[in-house]
Amino acid sequence: MSNHTIIHTDLCIIGAGPVGLFAVFEAGLLKMRCHLVDALPQVGGQLSEIYPHKPIYDIPGYPEIKAQELVDNLMAQIKPFDPGFTLGERVENLKKQEDGSFIISTSDKTKIHCKAVVIAGGLGCFEPRKPDIQNLELFEGKGVSYMVKNPEVYRDKKIILAGGGDSALDWTIFLANIAKEVTLIHRGDTFRGAPDSAEKVFQLAEMGKINLVLSSHLTKINGNQHLEEVHIVGKDKEERILKTDYLIPLFGLSPKLGPIAEWGLNIEKSAISVNTEDYSTNVERIYAIGDINTYPGKLKLILSGFHEAALMVQSAFKFVYPDQKLSFKYTTVYGVNSF
Amino acid sequence: MIKLTVIDRDDSAQEIEIPEGINLNLMEVLKASDYNILATCGGMALCATCHVQVLEGLNQLPEPQDTELDMLDTLPDATSESRLACQLKVNEKLEGIVIKIRGDIV
Repeated sequence: MSNHTIIHTDLCIIGAGPVGLFAVFEAGLLKMRCHLVDALPQVGGQLSEIYPHKPIYDIPGYPEIKAQELVDNLMAQIKPFDPGFTLGERVENLKKQEDGSFIISTSDKTKIHCKAVVIAGGLGCFEPRKPDIQNLELFEGKGVSYMVKNPEVYRDKKIILAGGGDSALDWTIFLANIAKEVTLIHRGDTFRGAPDSAEKVFQLAEMGKINLVLSSHLTKINGNQHLEEVHIVGKDKEERILKTDYLIPLFGLSPKLGPIAEWGLNIEKSAISVNTEDYSTNVERIYAIGDINTYPGKLKLILSGFHEAALMVQSAFKFVYPDQKLSFKYTTVYGVNSF
Repeated sequence: MIKLTVIDRDDSAQEIEIPEGINLNLMEVLKASDYNILATCGGMALCATCHVQVLEGLNQLPEPQDTELDMLDTLPDATSESRLACQLKVNEKLEGIVIKIRGDIV
């Protein structure tokens, strides 16, 4: 969803993994509407993205359930509360409004106005892993980039790619036809990625279409305003300097908190500190539940996240319905009343 | 007891002893021994924050599986001695090895 109209909701839940999804149910019981945002293109978080077919054995009431099945069940469970979804977009900014509410904006400029924010971001979002090189950040956007967004940028230029995984191989093959000169630097002397891609890269090197530099790693980069040269060291420990227009380090993705880390929240070892009374953070109206939070005794379990969601909504209620008194009700007595 | 040597990021070395038959992986043992390891993904070979370099005894360890190899392949600072501690079950195969902690802490 990429438009410039504002989505209005009660709770904006960042992260559509199992805990974020279950929070919709608990919020719905208290008549609070939810909108979920996730950087991944589908719901389910890790469960759907990483281990959809793996069994989980510690969900109460299920001796064994496959991860994707749990996600499907959660989606069925929250259906009565008709949540909104913004998928494939990363949350970027948080702006506090005069009345205390927030407007959240995403990487695709979607705006969500909400009365409270619930961070259920799990491991965080996956960001490019950066090699440990002096000056690297100085040249970001000035010759160094961690992904190929527009291959045309590299037409008739000299480029160096670094890495040994599938994306390094695939982009080397692709850019060989576009760039003036392509060099691939890999710390090993073999590639364990897709065998077809590895073979193709070796062929291109034999044909002289690319330069393949094995058993070598980057040490530093230099330039004046824009990147000009890359220093590498091989097995012989000798330093070599390669002239280049661009450097594309492709070292996979690692989970990071991302822009959330800049929101003024108390962060301890890459997790958000919360008060266990209601899983609130140090910033009023922002809660954190599931694997992304930390507190004494924290266990990173789905069931702990479910519990945290139930307590969190009891507290968030006051920001959505400031004039109402909350009374606790059982679903067995009152049922689930859809919106 | 299984004995192994752990070299921290500051190069301080310490021998640790682990009871036999303990059902843990090396990442869990390192965390329990108060080494600074994020272990963000909890042992699924996804984050590589438990990256260790095996300085002695590499060949006595079981071969890495594909998921571990895939992750190691993408790391900028991995060497041919690199392993993910979370993928190493603690058993007699770890006896006497020397490892250096390499994983990111941010």
